[in-house]
Amino acid sequence: MNTKDMFDHLAALFPDLELQLDEDVPCIIVPPDAIREVGLQLRDDEQLLLDSLMCLSGVDFADGTLGVVYHLHSMLHNHKLTVKVVVPVENPHVQTVERVWRTADWHEREAYDLIGVIFDGHRDLRRILNPYDWEGHPLRKDYEVPEFYNGMKVPY
Amino acid sequence: MSQTLEALQEDIAAGRLKTDELVLNMGPQHPSTHGVLRLELVLDGEAVVKVIPHLGYLHRCFEKHAEAMTYPQVIPYTDRMDYLAAMNNNHGYALAIERLMGIELPERVEYIRVIMAELQRIASHLVAIGTFGMDIGAFTPFLYCFRDREYILDIFERTCGARLLYNYMWVGGLSHDVHDGFEKDVRDFIKRFRPTIKEVNDLLNYNKIFIERTANIGVLPVDVAVSYGCSGPMLRGSGVDFDLRRDDPYSIYDRFDWQVCVGKGEAGTVGDCWDRHMVRVWEMEQSCNIIEQALETFPPGDITEAIPKRIRPPKGEIYTRVENPRGELGYYVISDGSANPFRVKARGPSFVNLSVIDEISRGHLIADIVAILGSIDIVLGEIDR
Amino acid sequence: MESLLQSLLGDNLLTLVLYCALPLVFLLLYALLAILGEVKISAFMQDRLGPMRTGPWGIIQPLADVLKLLQKEDITPKDADKFLFNLAPYLSFMAAYAAFAVIPFSSQYVGADLNLGAFYLLAIGSLNVAAIMMAGWASHNKYSLYGAMRSVAQIVSYEVPAAMMLVIVVLFVGSLNFQDIITAQSGPFWNWMVFGGPKADVELASGEILGASWINLIFLPLFLASFVMYYITGLAETNRTPFDIPEAESELVSGYHTEYSGMKFAMFFMSEYANMFLVSAVTAILFFGGWNSPFGVYLGDMFDAQWLVALEQFGWLVFKGLFFVFVIIWLRWTLPRLRVDQLMYMCWKVLIPFSFGIALIVGFLVVVLK
Repeated sequence: MNTKDMFDHLAALFPDLELQLDEDVPCIIVPPDAIREVGLQLRDDEQLLLDSLMCLSGVDFADGTLGVVYHLHSMLHNHKLTVKVVVPVENPHVQTVERVWRTADWHEREAYDLIGVIFDGHRDLRRILNPYDWEGHPLRKDYEVPEFYNGMKVPY
Repeated sequence: MSQTLEALQEDIAAGRLKTDELVLNMGPQHPSTHGVLRLELVLDGEAVVKVIPHLGYLHRCFEKHAEAMTYPQVIPYTDRMDYLAAMNNNHGYALAIERLMGIELPERVEYIRVIMAELQRIASHLVAIGTFGMDIGAFTPFLYCFRDREYILDIFERTCGARLLYNYMWVGGLSHDVHDGFEKDVRDFIKRFRPTIKEVNDLLNYNKIFIERTANIGVLPVDVAVSYGCSGPMLRGSGVDFDLRRDDPYSIYDRFDWQVCVGKGEAGTVGDCWDRHMVRVWEMEQSCNIIEQALETFPPGDITEAIPKRIRPPKGEIYTRVENPRGELGYYVISDGSANPFRVKARGPSFVNLSVIDEISRGHLIADIVAILGSIDIVLGEIDR
Repeated sequence: MESLLQSLLGDNLLTLVLYCALPLVFLLLYALLAILGEVKISAFMQDRLGPMRTGPWGIIQPLADVLKLLQKEDITPKDADKFLFNLAPYLSFMAAYAAFAVIPFSSQYVGADLNLGAFYLLAIGSLNVAAIMMAGWASHNKYSLYGAMRSVAQIVSYEVPAAMMLVIVVLFVGSLNFQDIITAQSGPFWNWMVFGGPKADVELASGEILGASWINLIFLPLFLASFVMYYITGLAETNRTPFDIPEAESELVSGYHTEYSGMKFAMFFMSEYANMFLVSAVTAILFFGGWNSPFGVYLGDMFDAQWLVALEQFGWLVFKGLFFVFVIIWLRWTLPRLRVDQLMYMCWKVLIPFSFGIALIVGFLVVVLK
């Protein structure tokens, strides 16, 4: 399926969602409380079969919104799709897709750890790269490095 | 006290006798966690009930650093992610920025990049194979592998002055042209290296004890592998014929004649530790083929002509992935038009591959955990970033 | 030997102590040699040089290692059971050393010429298990405990086939005394057990006559098999590769001696090396003629010098022992490690049935041929 066909197919599948067409990879924007449903559809749709989540990234857009970007790929059809979720920074709740693609398990933990997006329904949402008792989410654009961590001086 | 096993089991079932699981912390200082990984093993005797990995001991804030650097300044940081395959890391990042800026590379640069990346792949696989042998208890193949890796590092050193962290592939080009006699060095290396593959096969890979230890251990079924996003030799070991160099072509890999190696379950089940290990062994031969073909048509030219004076990609974003020795290395780069990247997210193959360990190691023994971990071939620098 | 010492020093306690300490002197020298052998052989196999800085060709390296171990801080973990923790390494070495009491180094020297030598060897060999268990338990470390549990399971299991192999030879010779077993193999090398035992009547050390003839060649395959099996068992009992599961560096860090440092670690190390030589020497005694010269003649006999004969015999036993130690080292740097269940499989389902089978056949043949 080429990009145009895929775009049309997506438009038919999700009439309510906002679609963008980049040069090579189509992109859909999904509301945070629908991502699980959409994810399941994307994964199981015969023509899409986006069974592999290449990457899940949390982004702080620095305009009062946080984002989660899903890069999907189909092993069988060898096509790609980008899915975006945008949430306000005050209420950064996104549905988890941990049970749709297992890759998302650790990536969501990472996005939670570094950006502070909270994935509702995740079974094990702990910090992953930072220590479990770290405060704040370092990849936020307004993040300030703490002076001390457990009595140790942080900025060196 | 003349209790039979049945009587004991009855006691346990009735709650008269209490048994408990044992929690064993493997790492962060442990000979075979390949760095500072901590695995919390929940054990029932020697059998593993659950594996809980704890990461982050080597977290160096790559992504945070990247936001504070200009685009070319990020390249040395990519070196330090997967320090065993720094060339490939450079390659992926440079490729992402080049695609973002729409830079066309000179032929010679592409050729050098492919040769370097494949040499690095061999070097990285040699470490993987050697350390896997050591995890199983065979020490000698490890040193044979490291001996040959030294030759590759020597070539790198002669070209760019560094042996481990190269900062070699720049946006739009390379830091140096190859040294005089590079082609001869590489040809000599390949001539010297091919017999080593056979040597390692004889000494390790087809050793009865080695097969006993690795076949049917840590079987990774295809659906689990895809769902967990496993890539590289992990995925191919499970029998999936998928390689980014062929299926999502980048650079000039489509010009060469080579095969994608997949696990066939020769020794046991498809997707066991032995298959993953052998995929790496076979891939080294394929890399040799690619390098030999690249050397035959190695073009002359200027490697600096496409290096932009000012690196400021236009506003936009891109996700680029390349085939690292460990699997799919992805860079998600968002540019806001300034000289610093707005966001760089690295999708490390080891990070994703490691996440499957709990799934494939339940029910195995402690010794098998070591084998499984070795066959995943993790580099902590990339997992923790 | 004892009489020599007595004539020199008189019949007192000092003589006795010296007599007992002779193998210790040998062991210390042997340990230095074996450490050097281990590093140099592994270096040779692995395409590298090994230690080259201490002395010419690095030959003083083992001495430097010993000095380093002596200077190291002696650490006892906070939660360890101090008494057992400190006792274990000495007990381990004691067990290894005690076994040397019945090893005949020559026809003139054996620490204790016991009629139950073989039996004693088996009994004292099990003492090591207690030391290992002590070390593992007292360290208060899960890795140590795992190592100790594995070790105990392994050594206890492999005692059974080891004992059966001994029994096979004992059945044939009809004596538990090691000197008897060795004199039964006197003469040229084709009289060794591994080649089917003596081919003509021999007078044992105890004075009995062991009837034999060329028909003993039918024992050759049986003894050859039991030699290989005994050697495998020996590897398992000394925790060497491919059976180094209790120490399994890549899994259990160092197994039962993870928490030990300095001299206490050195004691475990010594006992491992002593055990290596013990197994090798017993292999040589049981199957390769012990201190017998492979040519059946001694230089000393030509010059009518008994002391030279004794020295030659000592030389032959040490040579054979060191050869088997060399093979152990060779195997260690070649083979990967088995898993714990495969180890048990090997013992209970392969070695034990076969050893019982061979013992049965040997017993039957011995009765028939007598």
